[in-house]
Amino acid sequence: MEVTQVLLNAQSIDGAVRKNAEESLKHFQEQNLTGFLLLLSGELVSEEKPVETRKLAGLILKNALDAKDQQRKVELVQRWLSLDGNAKSQIKAGLLKTLSSPASDARSTASQVIAKVAGIELPHKQWPELVGSLLSNVHQLPVHAKQATLETLGYLCEEVSPDVIDQDQVNKILTAVVQGMSASEGNADVRLAATRALYNALGFAQANFSNDMERDYLMRVVCEATLSPEVRIRQAAFECLVSISSTYYEKLAPYIQDIFNITAKAVREDEEPVALQAIEFWSSICDEEIDILEEYGGDFTGDSDIPCFYFIKQAIPALVPMLLETLLKQEEDQDQDEGAWNIAMAGGTCLGLVARTVGDDIVPLVVPFIEENITKQDWRQREAATYAFGSILEGPSPAKLIPLVNVALNFMLSALTKDPNSHVKDTTAWTLGRIFEFLHGSAVDSPIITQANCQQIVVVLLQSMKDTPNVAEKACGALYFLAQGYEEVGPSSPLTPFFQEIVQSLLTVTHREDARESRLRTAAYETLNEVVRCSTDETAPLVLQLVPVIIMELHNTVEGQKLSSDEREKQSELQGLLCGCLQVIIQKLGSSESTKYLFLQYADQIMGLFLSVFACRSATVHEEAMLAIGALAYATGPDFVKYMPEFYRYLEMGLQNFEEYQVCAVTVGVVGDICRALEEKVVPYCDGIMTQLLKNLSSNQLHRSVKPPIFSCFGDIALAVGEYFEKYLMWAMSALQSAAELSTHTTGDDELIEYINTLRNGILEAYSGIFQGFKNSPKTQLLIPYAPHILQFLDGIYMEKDMDDVVMKTAIGVLGDLADTLGSHAASLIQQSVSSKDFLNECLSSEDVMIKESAEWAKLAISRAISV
Amino acid sequence: MAPHDIRRPFKRAAISDQQKRRELSLLRQAQNRRDAQQQARCLASSILSLQSAAPESQPEQSDIELETVPEAEQESEAFSKDLDVRQASKLRGPEVRKWFARQLMLPEWMIDVPDRLAQDWYVFARPAGKRCFVVSSNGTTVSRQRNGSILHHFPSALPAGAKIRDGSGSAQSYCILDCIFHELDQTYYVIDMVCWNGYSLYDCTAEFRFYWLNSKLEESGACNAPSHYHKFRFSAVPVYNCDQSGLHAAYTGVVPYAKDGLLFYNKHALYQTGNTPLALVWKDENCSQFVIDTDGKGEIPSQQQVVLELQDDRKLVTSDDPPVLFGCLDGDIIEKSGLHTGNLLRFAIGDGGLSFVDGKLEKADLIYLGKSNRARAFADSYSKGFQLKSL
Repeated sequence: MEVTQVLLNAQSIDGAVRKNAEESLKHFQEQNLTGFLLLLSGELVSEEKPVETRKLAGLILKNALDAKDQQRKVELVQRWLSLDGNAKSQIKAGLLKTLSSPASDARSTASQVIAKVAGIELPHKQWPELVGSLLSNVHQLPVHAKQATLETLGYLCEEVSPDVIDQDQVNKILTAVVQGMSASEGNADVRLAATRALYNALGFAQANFSNDMERDYLMRVVCEATLSPEVRIRQAAFECLVSISSTYYEKLAPYIQDIFNITAKAVREDEEPVALQAIEFWSSICDEEIDILEEYGGDFTGDSDIPCFYFIKQAIPALVPMLLETLLKQEEDQDQDEGAWNIAMAGGTCLGLVARTVGDDIVPLVVPFIEENITKQDWRQREAATYAFGSILEGPSPAKLIPLVNVALNFMLSALTKDPNSHVKDTTAWTLGRIFEFLHGSAVDSPIITQANCQQIVVVLLQSMKDTPNVAEKACGALYFLAQGYEEVGPSSPLTPFFQEIVQSLLTVTHREDARESRLRTAAYETLNEVVRCSTDETAPLVLQLVPVIIMELHNTVEGQKLSSDEREKQSELQGLLCGCLQVIIQKLGSSESTKYLFLQYADQIMGLFLSVFACRSATVHEEAMLAIGALAYATGPDFVKYMPEFYRYLEMGLQNFEEYQVCAVTVGVVGDICRALEEKVVPYCDGIMTQLLKNLSSNQLHRSVKPPIFSCFGDIALAVGEYFEKYLMWAMSALQSAAELSTHTTGDDELIEYINTLRNGILEAYSGIFQGFKNSPKTQLLIPYAPHILQFLDGIYMEKDMDDVVMKTAIGVLGDLADTLGSHAASLIQQSVSSKDFLNECLSSEDVMIKESAEWAKLAISRAISV
Repeated sequence: MAPHDIRRPFKRAAISDQQKRRELSLLRQAQNRRDAQQQARCLASSILSLQSAAPESQPEQSDIELETVPEAEQESEAFSKDLDVRQASKLRGPEVRKWFARQLMLPEWMIDVPDRLAQDWYVFARPAGKRCFVVSSNGTTVSRQRNGSILHHFPSALPAGAKIRDGSGSAQSYCILDCIFHELDQTYYVIDMVCWNGYSLYDCTAEFRFYWLNSKLEESGACNAPSHYHKFRFSAVPVYNCDQSGLHAAYTGVVPYAKDGLLFYNKHALYQTGNTPLALVWKDENCSQFVIDTDGKGEIPSQQQVVLELQDDRKLVTSDDPPVLFGCLDGDIIEKSGLHTGNLLRFAIGDGGLSFVDGKLEKADLIYLGKSNRARAFADSYSKGFQLKSL
């Protein structure tokens, strides 16, 4: 194969030529992988070849080593490891040689490929000489090779985990990187590559950051780099500081004053990319302290691993004025631009985080700024003042904020309609939303919304929903939180008199020509959903009237006409919103017997529409329709059986959707809804469902988060069909047993432990459902052989002492179900188990009502079982 | 190694409404799963308590047991009995049907005049219709007929009878009423009150129960015309002392419902499940259109019928406690018809009729017709036989 020509063809503007070239590359790769890879590395290393083919050869090589898909990635790793050793040595030598190439694209591509190979080989103790040979390069080579080598070290640190490189090599890497960063390095490209490499190497420097001298040195080099004349280096250096702020928060105390000075100067004087990173440093410190303080739980005897140094509290006298200055640097049209991110936005966001970190203390520092600017002629000052006010509404106590809000509310309401500047109105509407979100609701003692101003607020927000899309979207957001605040208001809501008008206005917004801008339509439907969710029985008839309206809207979207791809996207977005809205309505009306019966007259129509919506290919729409169908099944009860013949294939499709695992997870939940609705009438569909669920469990392509709900679903099915579950019992029990063995012991981070507990809960819910399903059936004895293992599982997780409350409640319930169903057959087994004594006693004395209730049930069932 | 993106959400809520919908759905499903589990566990405990209360000498006796379990053995505390009724009202299946059949207080036929009738007894005209238990709890109301089958599932103005957030009914609140559903005006006539708003009246005298019934039912709004949250109207019935004017009023007085005999309740009697001589029923052609059995077309069959239970020694007995022997069945018939102990059998009373001597049955001329309707849970009582005779 004339590889250069093929690689050139593969980048041709002629589609046919390109396709042909891609085909022959694919063909060759399948025929002879080793030869193919050698050919590519030969192309990459050769100085005679054109840069574009060298670069493409490198990229194909890289893609042969790594993939986004986890499954594919594992395959590629295995494939590389099993390749012929000589060929691999030859490829690797070529890659290292390319680092010295005069062609920068070739060098840069080689850097990335080397890191990928290292990512595979170093954990297997292969290529031990790599780091050594890279380091020797740094000291000997021409400048461009030095730059490429430092870049390679950076990629390498990004690719491999710190534990596969020993401390000696880490020290050497850091030394090389820090030398490359220092002011004495004359070449800016080398210095930039070194600074970016340090960013990735910081995770390797645990030991070095624990040593005072080494840490001082590292910090000094980073701080010096923030003063470099080259803007890219300054930016990269601040990125390092941001990363250090979260990775080494507890080591920062000696440097924080200097860092403040550096960041303040950058925020005030430097170019925007640098200033943004400087602000981000403080936002990141806020994140850390908010986390730590949350773990303290507001009580200072608390036990966070990391102490809080209160950097923000100490810094606010200087930090807050600095952030307030940034608010005045708005861009003209930032509110219309979805992707905008500028210094004013970053500064305001940071101010909000500071308010959450320090609480009341921020208020006196911000109020003078608001008072001074809120009425100024220049829109920038009015907007900045409003934004400052909106930013500090979360964090300080209501007692501190409510007097301010009581003064400001009228001003805000009038600004929302009368201010000539759209930017000011946008921020004003957002601030009103924040006021309602944090200071309005049953949890707040002195209400800011009274009979006197409620009507005015509603009128102003509804009027504002006719404003430009970005302002209207914020007004919808404010209405969302206004409604939410009345969620627990009791039988009569202050919004009742306006309900009809609110709903009508929101529907009008969804029909605006420009409703797709600033996600206005989405906001309008979301607000409609919240208004419905928080409505009271008084307005139930009005919610019922909304049903045919939304049905008609959805009906209009499924009318079969040929659509362009843009129109199709628009249509599925709308279908998703409408299915979501119907779901909320179904749940609302279905929760009360009286409204349920009236609503159910629409059930056939709605179900028909949901089925036709499945014809569209959008995962979001499928998910929304599924969720809505689950709610419908719950409301309909046994009558849902009439929809099953048609619906079943979509149910099966959902269960098979591994790629969009959210759809799969939601469908598993809907199977549960259907089981509870149909009870034994679900039997004809169980073979298909159980087969698919068992298949899903054994697949390693399915996202792990779907597996616990599948186990719970076994329980739902067993409870619904009773002894009919016998035909699946062996398979289900064997899947449960192996999952139980895996989840008895936990090792790993918090996230893994949380997952394991979810898994345990799913397994236990399955056992409960199966036991209760077989109860009072002559086939109960089929369960006896499984009892020892289940009791062993209960004992095992009890001994581990890392159950959460949910698992504890389910686990003790299973003990009761086992005793209840097996009775005297299991009496001696139960008496031998730890669970029936220590675990049960612990649960009986639990302060959690649900655990206690389950435990009392278990106690009763056990005493019955052992007394016979 | 491009610069790292540090954009943060700007003027946006922390979680999307879609995420919220997803989470609320999961929450609902988890709650429904808990309820289903809870229900399964409760069914288990109420059936268990029944089984353990049944006499142990007759374990797997039959599909349908006839013995009315003496109340004291069944459950000592009235409270736990209420709970069972509440939970059982949501359940299905033959077990539940059997269980429910035992929960109503059943009057005997009046075959003589009790002492102190005028002082100790109430009388009222029994509405024609389906006798049932009405249970309101957790925002819904269920009515169950004597055989346990569900008559209606509906919202009502009874405490805890509909999902209305007025804060009046706590989660523990519930009611159990002994009613007759009168088809014609779609009304539940409440003839007795077993529990009201979580308060048990099992151990209260009829005098108190009727007083409570009359004051509380009206107060609750359950007597109002039907509405969204109140699908059927409830009504109390006029109750009279059993003196001459009371009897006259009950017997001839105009009521909004079709009468089906007179009911007599002893004022001092507690609510007792099963047959009791402290409640009596009287029917004649003046106060009931159902004084005698009619067939499917409403015509009077040439012979009156009686349903009796077959025992293992071929004896035919009534539902009374203790059962009264009506006769013996021929072994041939048992074999030919594949009958088992415990079957309920329908007989016609032949020309020989029933002969009573000193209030005791001496001889019955019974003609075997076949098994009784499957929905039937009881044999007739002795007093029905007696009253048939008196016609």
